[in-house]
Amino acid sequence: MNLNPKSILKGEVEVQNPYLPYPVRIEEIITETEDKNLKTFKLVFINPGDEEKFKYQAGQFAELSVAGKGEIPIGIASSPTEKGFLMFTVNKVGLVTSHLHNMKAGDIMGVRGPFGNWYPWDIMEGKNVVIIGGGFAFTTLRSSIIYMLDPANRPKFKDIHVIYGARTPGMLLYRNELAEWEKRDDINMHITVDATDDPNWKYNIGFVPTITNQKAPPGNPDTYAIVCGPPIMIKFTQPVLDTLDYAHNHIIMSLEMRMKCGIGICGRCNIGKEYVCKDGPVFTLDQLNQMPKEY
Amino acid sequence: MKVIKIDKKNWAEGLKRLADKFPLFGPAQQDEFHIFKELDKGELPDLRLQNTRLSPKSVVYPQSETMFEYTLDEKQEDHHILKEIDKDHLPRAIVGIRPCDAKAFLLVKRNFDTPEYKDPYWIKAYEATTLIGYACNTPCSNCFCTTAGCGPFHEEGLDVLLIDAADHYFAKIMSEKGENLITAAGWDMAAEAGDLEEQVQTLKQAAETKITARVSTDKLKDKDTTALFEASFWEDVAFACINCGTCTYACPTCWCFDIQDETFGSSGIRIRNWDSCMYPLFTHHGSGHNPRDMKMQRVRQRFMHKLKYYVDKYANGIQCVGCGRCIRLCPVNIDIRKVCDLMNSFES
Repeated sequence: MNLNPKSILKGEVEVQNPYLPYPVRIEEIITETEDKNLKTFKLVFINPGDEEKFKYQAGQFAELSVAGKGEIPIGIASSPTEKGFLMFTVNKVGLVTSHLHNMKAGDIMGVRGPFGNWYPWDIMEGKNVVIIGGGFAFTTLRSSIIYMLDPANRPKFKDIHVIYGARTPGMLLYRNELAEWEKRDDINMHITVDATDDPNWKYNIGFVPTITNQKAPPGNPDTYAIVCGPPIMIKFTQPVLDTLDYAHNHIIMSLEMRMKCGIGICGRCNIGKEYVCKDGPVFTLDQLNQMPKEY
Repeated sequence: MKVIKIDKKNWAEGLKRLADKFPLFGPAQQDEFHIFKELDKGELPDLRLQNTRLSPKSVVYPQSETMFEYTLDEKQEDHHILKEIDKDHLPRAIVGIRPCDAKAFLLVKRNFDTPEYKDPYWIKAYEATTLIGYACNTPCSNCFCTTAGCGPFHEEGLDVLLIDAADHYFAKIMSEKGENLITAAGWDMAAEAGDLEEQVQTLKQAAETKITARVSTDKLKDKDTTALFEASFWEDVAFACINCGTCTYACPTCWCFDIQDETFGSSGIRIRNWDSCMYPLFTHHGSGHNPRDMKMQRVRQRFMHKLKYYVDKYANGIQCVGCGRCIRLCPVNIDIRKVCDLMNSFES
């Protein structure tokens, strides 16, 4: 007589607990913007071997875990080609993010993931890639640019364009890297700000949709656009891309949602039958057109 | 599969033998309502009722469950690191679960046990549980299980189905787990008479004819999701709703949860709690944006999830077993049967 489930079930489920964060240490905190609301956290894994388990692609996100406060879903800003650390840029909005902003280098926290899908790197191979970003939604786009510019990857893509805008020069993320990319001839940078009184500003002035209209190459089967930004930017960029003849399955977007589990189980981040955390966050406009407008 | 006959005179004694071996859960009266709870020593499941107010989903999926623990005391070496805790996943049995509630576990399993991710808490608790069902000779008046992929004698998801037959229970044994349990209780496995299956069949048919409420679900899968989403009837459906969330808590197939940290002094736990799509906070972004900030959107989400998204995602029917709890308990009389028919007959 044996009622032990192990014997009854012919092998108990021995699965890794997907809710358990990897412990990490904050190595560095960088204040990114002049309003000090955006900080970049460079994290290193505490247990050797965890970095290997956390294999990710540009476009994925992770749950940052702060013991006693909770978890937040944040896009991964580092690139899979950068080894030894993870990077996240966090806007201060709520309980966990406010606490994070008060933490310091050396503090211990956790990371779960990587979660979600990623930008379709296999499909974009051999194509032109146009990155259109606004505000602080530039994080996974940074990951993508670093990934594509890696010497091993750059030959896989044709022309790369980046249209990136913020309200003011001081609100742009990763300003040192932007300046570096400006100097290169294998990436076409179109940085813009809504307005500035800085006489030394040598880049564009204008909203992202306007600059997209002026600078983006026309749409064709060989060109993909990745669009990330606040809803207002997306709303006005889409008609521009239509004018430029981008097919809706060549416009790639990344969505945000309130999330908890990150693995499609807790039930809150759905749009129709898709869970943004697991089936997304990356969708083509073509896919979004067929989903309920609830995001 | 075989059917045995348990003399009710041997019922209590068998259960006592089981209770000596592992925890038994069953329906019991608590204040003025029945709930599923862990039975005390010598306590028998109260099988007089039609069904409990809340479903037994909490036996497998507690309303509040600890996931991890941590210390914030920086003198401890592992401070701020979340650690798994020991969980009791020893065998247990639910005695007297209705067929609808047992089938509900199978619907919910598709969410917690997927090819990509496995929820260890739900899966281990579910697999440790033996389900002793209790057929409904007298179904509730607003049950519609027979048209919701279930029925008063439905067997899916059960290890044993008990059928009340005057001074006996017929016990239909469906699995090895069930057979083990009957043996452990010491009920006579050999007490098998030839026509039992036939008698069960007669009782089953009698019960099924008592269920007159029905829903039509045949056209749901062919409906266009966005057209149904934009249907004009949602405002009417949601009009009276007060977003109390009772339907989601009472529902055996609602599974959504929240994750929260609770700290006491320098130590704390990460817990998960049942959550409800009826609440605005459920989808409220940190930025303040909320894709479902209006009550109509939340009501629509609940019905679309159960009757359309689930249907499309798993191609295995609706996410409802027809237990009727949400109909009985809704303070403003929103009726899933009516909503289902609206959706099924919707023409864009």
